[in-house]
Amino acid sequence: MKISKYSGLLIALMLLAVPLAAQSNYLYSILIVIGLYTLLVHGLGILMGYAGQVSFGHAAFFGLGGYTAAILTTKFAWTPLPALLASVLLPGIVAAVIGRQTLKLRELYLALATLGFGILVHIIFNEGGELTGGPSGISGIPHLAIGGFTFNNDRDFYILVWVLLVILMTGIKNLIHSRTGRALCAIRESEYAAENAGIDCALLKLQAFIFSALLAGLAGGLYAFYVTFISPSPFSFHASVQFVLMAVIGGLGTFWGPLLGSMVVVALSEVLREVVPLIIPNAGGEYQIIIYGVILVVLMIYQPGGLSGIKRYFRRNPNNIINSSSE
Amino acid sequence: MLLELDGVTKHFGGIAAVNDVGFEVRKGTVAALIGPNGAGKTTLFNLITGTLEIDYGSITLNGKNLSGLKPFQLAAEGVTRTFQNLQIFNSMTVLENVMVGAYLRSKKGFFRSLISYPARCQEEKKIREESLMLLDEIGLAEAAGFPASSLPFGQKRLVEIARALAADPCLILLDEPAAGLNSAESEVLTGYLKKLRDRGTTMVLIEHDMETVMRAADKVIVLNFGQVIAEGTPAEIQAHPEVIKAYLGEDEKIA
Repeated sequence: MKISKYSGLLIALMLLAVPLAAQSNYLYSILIVIGLYTLLVHGLGILMGYAGQVSFGHAAFFGLGGYTAAILTTKFAWTPLPALLASVLLPGIVAAVIGRQTLKLRELYLALATLGFGILVHIIFNEGGELTGGPSGISGIPHLAIGGFTFNNDRDFYILVWVLLVILMTGIKNLIHSRTGRALCAIRESEYAAENAGIDCALLKLQAFIFSALLAGLAGGLYAFYVTFISPSPFSFHASVQFVLMAVIGGLGTFWGPLLGSMVVVALSEVLREVVPLIIPNAGGEYQIIIYGVILVVLMIYQPGGLSGIKRYFRRNPNNIINSSSE
Repeated sequence: MLLELDGVTKHFGGIAAVNDVGFEVRKGTVAALIGPNGAGKTTLFNLITGTLEIDYGSITLNGKNLSGLKPFQLAAEGVTRTFQNLQIFNSMTVLENVMVGAYLRSKKGFFRSLISYPARCQEEKKIREESLMLLDEIGLAEAAGFPASSLPFGQKRLVEIARALAADPCLILLDEPAAGLNSAESEVLTGYLKKLRDRGTTMVLIEHDMETVMRAADKVIVLNFGQVIAEGTPAEIQAHPEVIKAYLGEDEKIA
């Protein structure tokens, strides 16, 4: 048990070192995007996979983080680090304000409310005039600088993002094995029983929502500093769906799910972008959505637990034997 | 007196589901709530645990008025329960189910749970061990790591009771613990309830199975149409004319 735990860590570190040896900017940029999405999807995973609350509005928090960083640095001359902190906090505050009401809704109604919120915020980005730069967005965002060190190349940014991700994932690991993690699962399974076991479900759901918004804000802020340009299009409803897709494909309620899901979806969209025009010359982005849809349907039919569930086929686990014999 | 109900009334629309109900439960005793279907037993449980709000009357625990408290606050006051329709956390393991019951015995909030340190590990370990002991008592220690969904129905009921006990409550409400159990399982359950009673656990149970009621209860309260129609020892209740009438209908003279 101990050995496999450390060997996992070792393998992870080795994998993280590979791109450093390869020195490919393309690889860095892909891994940065995966890292940023994973930050966000981990928060969403806690909200959806553990607490069982669906959100179709997380692109809004992602965008709020990005725009906060962009606006504060370009229009108000903030230095990057305080702007990044603000881009984490602001989505959290917004989540605290809207979560109190919306989280009273259940299932489809919550999904619709968050969807509406996402669309609303996207419209604000588009119609924000001077402040948000409208559809053309804001350019000239400075590179992230922390204490005199500027993250102005892909390699440094890659290291930054993945160090943050490792820190976050350590925290997530603690969280899901704590009383709070169990309580979140309990809410997902039966709010009624959870409440009677002494769990303040409303508070815990709100905290999970805020937590997921903070992480989305962090990912958004980092995104703005990485790309140094921001426009409304990456924060549309489509992005929200993609985040949900990543969480589901990776496996809801699993530790590796968010990372797996982000990797697969990003890799897939890269591949599709290359391959689809070869097959259908005039294809637009909508073909990607169709293929995502097909993959999602196939996955949900054959592997409803997401990709993380696949490992059970490789491991002889007494629990699974019991499951299959009783069902 | 641990639990006191006085003039408790709850209306659903024009119907009084619970009407002017009053009884007391002494510390360390087992009270059974019986009555025909629709008599208001589960509604009464929902009122005691704060799932529903009472219209009139008062419920006090150790002299403290419980009205207006939400279920999670009532759990903090020491009232836990099981459910007539099982509310097990299916995808969690049996052990985790019981550990959720011990939620209130540690204090760490959401954001502090992101950080782990030795003192917390100790706390976790203690809760884990004590939950395992509870499982051991009901004969499910070996199933601790199994998903709760894999257990047969009767054992799920036992897990619910263990979960309710894990909070170290001063009062447990059991909603039809023997419903759907076969006679062997029912035997295990009754034995366990007696053991709990001997240990001084205060319980209120809703039960249809008279066998279980007679063997496990110190006191029986009979509800019919939302009202208490009789109250007494199991032996007294068995001979009570009102109770016989409620359960079997009135005698009719055959012409």
